[in-house]
Amino acid sequence: MGAGHAHALYRHGRSPVHRLPAHCKIVALSAFVLIVVATPREAVWAFGAYAGLLTAVAAAARVPPGFLLRRLLIEVPFVAFAVLLPFIAEGPRVEWLGLSLSESGLWSAWNILAKGTLGVAGSVLLAATTELRDLLLGLQRLRLPSLLVQIAAFMVRYLDVVAGELRRMRIAQLSRGHRPRGLRQWSTPARTAGALFIRSYERGERVHLAMLSRGYTGTMPVTRTRTAGRTQWAATAALPGVALAVCLMGWTL
Amino acid sequence: MSTAPAPAPEPASLEVSGLAYAYPDGHQALFGVDLTVARGQRVALLGPNGAGKTTLVLHLNGILTAGAGRVSVGGLPVSPPHVAEIRRRVGIVFQDPDDQLFMPTVAEDVAFGPANAGLRGAELDARVHEALRTVGMADAAHRPPHHLSFGQRRRVAVATVLAMRPEILVLDEPSSNLDPAARRELADILRGLDVTVLMVTHDLPYALELCPRAVILSDGVIAADGPTRTLLCDAELLRAHRLELPFGFDPHAVALPDA
Repeated sequence: MGAGHAHALYRHGRSPVHRLPAHCKIVALSAFVLIVVATPREAVWAFGAYAGLLTAVAAAARVPPGFLLRRLLIEVPFVAFAVLLPFIAEGPRVEWLGLSLSESGLWSAWNILAKGTLGVAGSVLLAATTELRDLLLGLQRLRLPSLLVQIAAFMVRYLDVVAGELRRMRIAQLSRGHRPRGLRQWSTPARTAGALFIRSYERGERVHLAMLSRGYTGTMPVTRTRTAGRTQWAATAALPGVALAVCLMGWTL
Repeated sequence: MSTAPAPAPEPASLEVSGLAYAYPDGHQALFGVDLTVARGQRVALLGPNGAGKTTLVLHLNGILTAGAGRVSVGGLPVSPPHVAEIRRRVGIVFQDPDDQLFMPTVAEDVAFGPANAGLRGAELDARVHEALRTVGMADAAHRPPHHLSFGQRRRVAVATVLAMRPEILVLDEPSSNLDPAARRELADILRGLDVTVLMVTHDLPYALELCPRAVILSDGVIAADGPTRTLLCDAELLRAHRLELPFGFDPHAVALPDA
């Protein structure tokens, strides 16, 4: 919390991947994820190829493997369900180490795990090589509704402010002898959340007032846009391009 | 009103006459405010909490519209057709810089006002740089506002409105939450500006330091108007309007920087 660096996922660098325009990278990642998802799960080798592609991008971006793997941990709660699938799915079963596992469940688990991990790894790479600010500008450039981009930008700006308010409220509660444990204290976090919501809402009103005072009329002025040249598009197309070839082979072989 | 300087041929920066306003819930905040601020003057608007100071400020750029009376800025009346130009002319620096600085970087935030006015490209960059240099924050242009100290954020907030080249700078409690060094730095910046200033505050020493003239807003009317030192030396007047000097502060004894 508080004053950190640009953002926790970003890794400062000057690699060719860092220099690519954000909107190209967003398009490339979206295409890559779609292609991965469209790949048949039986083509196990194809997923190895995808992982190889991402490793190549990581190497080009000079993102160390440890950094990437640590951030992949965010996926764990989401794939926990996948681990359960072999036990609860129906269909023919296989015996393994004395456990009776469902064959279709195993395939489903593999499907979720492999595609999820590749998607998250791609996103982590995007976040590691793109400043949050550029990411927002990239989304704007891709014609995402400007309201959504504005909301995202405000969230980025005010997350620290709201977190700071929450921290001060908690310290104030602890200072007055509140002990956050047990069922009976559950009403306190609920009220804290309510108070935080009201405060944020009121801050929103004050910010809006300040914006109106400086001539805001409902749209953010676009002061500069970054266009991408053909070479940059070609460079970013490399990842989804190769992935598409792999995917097509996965369907035909 | 008697202390206002001789009328100049150019229109006053701010002219408020007979301004009255009641909130939609029926609470009446202003009961006929008259105030004229000549170009280049620095005026302190003093008053206890709840006197209607913020309500008055929100009338100056047309966020609230007067129930009765009129406001004009540099000769231009505050009314819906002129609202864009009025908001360029009136630069309000709000009390909490976190409300004012909402863009991801300092430079973008300073660019917000002039960009809304239609400025682009090199001209916009020059304007942003000039405003940031004026407040001594040019080095912070590409930093996110939430990584700056409170005093730095307040200075950037001043730059965000200076970038619009306002006719009048309106500061809402500029010294609140500042440590003494940040307070002095801000005072140095404000004193160096060639712009009309209306400073809303109950920090009386700060008003004395920066503003030769002061007005007291109390119960929705201007209760006193005169040289700041004269007002602050009138213990009876201050007491009547819930204003108090800090312990040990003697307005007689202070040597004013301007004098």
